[in-house]
Amino acid sequence: MKDKIRIASGQGFWGDLLSAPVDQVTKGPIDYMMMDYLAEVTMSIMQKQKMKDPTLGYAKDLIPLMEQILPACVEKNIKVITNGGGVNPQACRDAIFKVAGKLGIKGLKIGVVSGDNILNCLDELRQKGIDLKNMETGESLDAVRERIVSANIYFGARPIVEALRQGAQIIITGRTTDTALTYAPMIHEFGWSWNDWDKLAVGVVAGHILECGGQASGGNFSADWKAVPDLAHIGFPIAEAYPSGEMIITKHEKTGGMVTVQTVSEQLLYEIGDPTNYITPECIADFTTIKLEQSGKDRVKLSGVKGKPNTNLYKVSMSYSDGYTAISTLTYAWPDALEKAKKSDEILRTRLADLGLKFDEIRTEFLGLNSCHGLIADMPNIINEVVLRVGVRSHDYNAVERFGKEIAPLILTGPPAVTGFAGGRPKPSEVIAYWPALIPKNAINPQVVVTEV
Amino acid sequence: MKIQLLQLCHARSGDKGDTGNVGLIALKPEFFPLIKKYVTAERVKKYFEGICLGKVERYELPNLNALNFLLHNSLGGGGTVSLKNDAQGKTLSSALLRMEIEVQEKINIE
Repeated sequence: MKDKIRIASGQGFWGDLLSAPVDQVTKGPIDYMMMDYLAEVTMSIMQKQKMKDPTLGYAKDLIPLMEQILPACVEKNIKVITNGGGVNPQACRDAIFKVAGKLGIKGLKIGVVSGDNILNCLDELRQKGIDLKNMETGESLDAVRERIVSANIYFGARPIVEALRQGAQIIITGRTTDTALTYAPMIHEFGWSWNDWDKLAVGVVAGHILECGGQASGGNFSADWKAVPDLAHIGFPIAEAYPSGEMIITKHEKTGGMVTVQTVSEQLLYEIGDPTNYITPECIADFTTIKLEQSGKDRVKLSGVKGKPNTNLYKVSMSYSDGYTAISTLTYAWPDALEKAKKSDEILRTRLADLGLKFDEIRTEFLGLNSCHGLIADMPNIINEVVLRVGVRSHDYNAVERFGKEIAPLILTGPPAVTGFAGGRPKPSEVIAYWPALIPKNAINPQVVVTEV
Repeated sequence: MKIQLLQLCHARSGDKGDTGNVGLIALKPEFFPLIKKYVTAERVKKYFEGICLGKVERYELPNLNALNFLLHNSLGGGGTVSLKNDAQGKTLSSALLRMEIEVQEKINIE
């Protein structure tokens, strides 16, 4: 058994800093790199891409990235675990194999985890008595069944651990909990038992710290943000895990950013609900038990973490089509910038009403004044300029499209000193709403396939 | 004395559907009892009038000198439904740091 392993965070979301994973594999020692690509809405985007082209439906950024890092990963035996496979992990694997062939890399083993995509068996599952009702509102799936765009189970670490056991160097999954990408290697390397709840929980906590990339190492840091060194070259976080469950959060030397009790604390509080019940497929972690200690420069030690047994349910992430939105902006300059913007909004709303268009919501915000803090913000007396931002939402596509045609005319038929309509007419974009549900674990079988070329 | 939370805390916020979460962390351990005492769920609900349309829940994480607030119905529907500029509640944290509290205790900020 290794005396420790280092798991690096490479990407915190689809669209994250492209140089980060390259830095992680080249600027210091690591054993594993996890990359999280999937937000709740991402699966529906990928599902649509796959419907148009059956070879797509995964995080396309992964392919040029793998071309860049694969030689170093092979040379240093760094294993890469990512959920960037989206709704088509097999196609993602094939594209990476193609890259490996181009680079002349032989004997590469890629593991694919699938079985999370239940879009094509929803009715079958419901016939078996699994209702898939909305776990937050209790509403029946009937309300949106015909409009479901994607449906995926959140798998945990088990299938990833199995792929590692079979010797995969790259593991591509579909919908997997972000945290599992980090703690799966700990279970694999150290042989932690599946009911050692405290060790699993410390792995989950490390996973939560790593899953948003630079947000744990000085990015988006609110305490003393001016003191964070060299954000231009920020080093993403690394979890240094020991068989005993000891855990250090750190980053490569000679990279920017910082790892302190404060930066880690902010990330621990990010997007959590009840901190005593952080639910994952493998255990429930109690975040109120976490103790943090600065054990060196850019080193934070986690201890005290307690876990509880898991549930017999998986979470299901579904999405459905729910109408259209369009958003547009215009900029008004001094004098009377805010008054002009308000007048313009009034004219626009009058014209939309005259046209008899029906919207579920029309929302007006004044960027620079109230779009972030609303009424909490004090209004200054004199402003140099303000951005009028108007958004509409409707189930009527034509109404949303027509809204887009009513913006530009305001420039020549509304208040003066107006600019900033550079992007053209805003096009309606589809609203993808979220439908969270639960499903018994025994109704689903994760599949693991490891292939070598 | 009146004091702004920015002097006592740092914070991070994000979204889960239409619910915003704000993690409020004391800059020093000795500030934690103060925020625990004065930054109640009721005060936060009142403060976010017009933004938070649902209930506010508060959880305590004393080991981290932190409170976690859940602001329900705060993001205009959340996700791609929302028409808000800040549809993901990323700036709710700095909004809470603007809040002023009236405290009886003496506080040494330095």
